[in-house]
Amino acid sequence: MTPVKLDLSPLRRAAAWHWAEYAFWLLPLVAYFVFPKNLALLSQIAITALFCLSLDLILGYAGIVSLGHAAFFGLGAYAAGLMAKYGWGDPLLGLAGAALAAAAAGFLTSFLVLRGADLTRLMVTLGVSMMLYEAANKLTDFTGGVDGLQGVDIQPVLGMFSFDLYGKTAYWYSVAVLFLMFWVARRLVHSPFGLSLRGIRQNVGRMPAIGAPVNARLVAAYTIGAAYAGVAGALLTQTTQFVSLDVMAFSRSAELLLILVLGGTGSLYGALIGTMVFMAAHHFLSDINPQYWQFWLGAALVLIVLFARDGIMGLLRKLSAPARTPS
Amino acid sequence: MTPVLQTRNLSKRFGGFFASKDVSLSIEPGARHALIGPNGAGKTTLINLLTGFLEPSAGEVFLKGEDVTRLAQHQRVKRGLVRTFQINRLFAEMTVLESVTLSVCERLGLGWNWWRPVGDHTAAIDEAAELLATLRLLDVAHTQTRSLAYGRQRMIEIALALAAKPQVLLLDEPAAGVPTDESRELFETIAQLPREVTIVLIEHDMDLVFRFAERISVLVGGALLTEDLPEVIARDRRVREVYLGEALDG
Ligand SMILES: Nc1ncnc2c1ncn2[C@@H]1O[C@H](COP(=O)(O)OP(=O)(O)OP(=O)(O)O)[C@@H](O)[C@H]1O
Ligand SMILES: [Mg+2]
Repeated sequence: MTPVKLDLSPLRRAAAWHWAEYAFWLLPLVAYFVFPKNLALLSQIAITALFCLSLDLILGYAGIVSLGHAAFFGLGAYAAGLMAKYGWGDPLLGLAGAALAAAAAGFLTSFLVLRGADLTRLMVTLGVSMMLYEAANKLTDFTGGVDGLQGVDIQPVLGMFSFDLYGKTAYWYSVAVLFLMFWVARRLVHSPFGLSLRGIRQNVGRMPAIGAPVNARLVAAYTIGAAYAGVAGALLTQTTQFVSLDVMAFSRSAELLLILVLGGTGSLYGALIGTMVFMAAHHFLSDINPQYWQFWLGAALVLIVLFARDGIMGLLRKLSAPARTPS
Repeated sequence: MTPVLQTRNLSKRFGGFFASKDVSLSIEPGARHALIGPNGAGKTTLINLLTGFLEPSAGEVFLKGEDVTRLAQHQRVKRGLVRTFQINRLFAEMTVLESVTLSVCERLGLGWNWWRPVGDHTAAIDEAAELLATLRLLDVAHTQTRSLAYGRQRMIEIALALAAKPQVLLLDEPAAGVPTDESRELFETIAQLPREVTIVLIEHDMDLVFRFAERISVLVGGALLTEDLPEVIARDRRVREVYLGEALDG
């Protein structure tokens, strides 16, 4: 073998943690002490961040656009809710059940999104989520329909930390699950599997020509993304002890897509930061004036899609990158 | 010797139009085979049929004696049949080293590995780096593919295919649009590939074809007009009429 005179470290160390990442993960701790009265909102942010992460896995990495991702969130939410209602109230068990239910649905519907381009996929994902929404709406004996699912009785986390009125347990539980799932997703996107997903997103036509089974990879990615969404849904159920029909609503899917585009696709952190910015802005601005909130949200979306395609993460990257000399 | 690649009455119809018509082709192991023909003769279509990019309307494809007609593209790649594209199909936002590492990973069967970072698969990265060294691409290893000059991108097109360790390599106009000096370098690289790699080349530049090929097939209107040694093709009246025209007179 000829020794290669090349510094391989940029690729070898691509998965190493950056100092900014450590700093980022101190935020949940800081937020806890700075906003002790807003733990419910902070938990919602963590849950939505996980939900957004799940969309980033399928859109930002595998390149599958979805307008119906709330279907899996809702399935997870109902799965965890029903389990708790019928005596399986252990939170971690609930997460596992929700992940399985959503993954099964993701796996089955993934075959529908394999065919066709973006528009087809938008319509198929939208259609599937509308069907599930209507099913949940009609199966009132099972889901409670528009009244929501009552009687969700969640046991203490790990048998030790019961959900308290202040939302402390709910917060730390949500943050812990978010972090663990993020950590796994981070491994995944830096693995050869993750690289192949980026390959599919960047040039789906080339992948079979280098020996990659594209459809199987997409099925896997979509299934994993669905499982992640299911876990996020379960977290919402468990921390609020209730499931309302709007877990599956179209507006949730659309808003999620908006958040991800705002934050920037394909970096995982874009999903997290986008969620934080969006929900914080929503919280502060919609109190002042709900109409203005919608207006500025729309304006921000248009500006980002036109001028900052990579969202907040793209801007951060531009700010932090040293001016590069063209080679 | 069993042909490494063979077709039997391969046809492709688009509506009422035959882009490939009854093509029966046989390629020996280690061959340096050129596929020529005027624009629209069906050369790319034939490669698409061979690799499974298109499904034939009729006929069969055999790879090392095995009928692969029903196999998907990636399954044929796994069996050693690899192509490049006439129009670049690259991973624009990856660095050159990442792209080639991706291709190496797929060949090594690591594509389902979802836990260990790419960076820890040192064998794959080392192999990719070696390939870049062979192709004189080391200087751009960490450059994003999209920011490379076109000639370099054409080289990446080949690098991705070579990373798949082909037994049969199908090159669809590898030097199309590349400046002359760079195209010479590109063809030197191709000429230096070991004999274990069978090469089928589509090329319009007749100088390059006659320098490279030991056998030439001529396609016209989707059908195989003739196939023979380069010197015989050069003298063939029909070939001169339909395709070469003045090109060989000089
Ligand atoms: N998907 C398709 N649908 C309809 N017609 C097609 C399709 N692909 C190719 N053709 C037609 O088939 C014929 C052969 O095309 P092909 O690309 O194989 O030619 P070629 O020999 O590679 O030409 P060139 O030298 O220009 O690359 C052309 O007339 C082309 O228009
Ligand atoms: Mg062609």
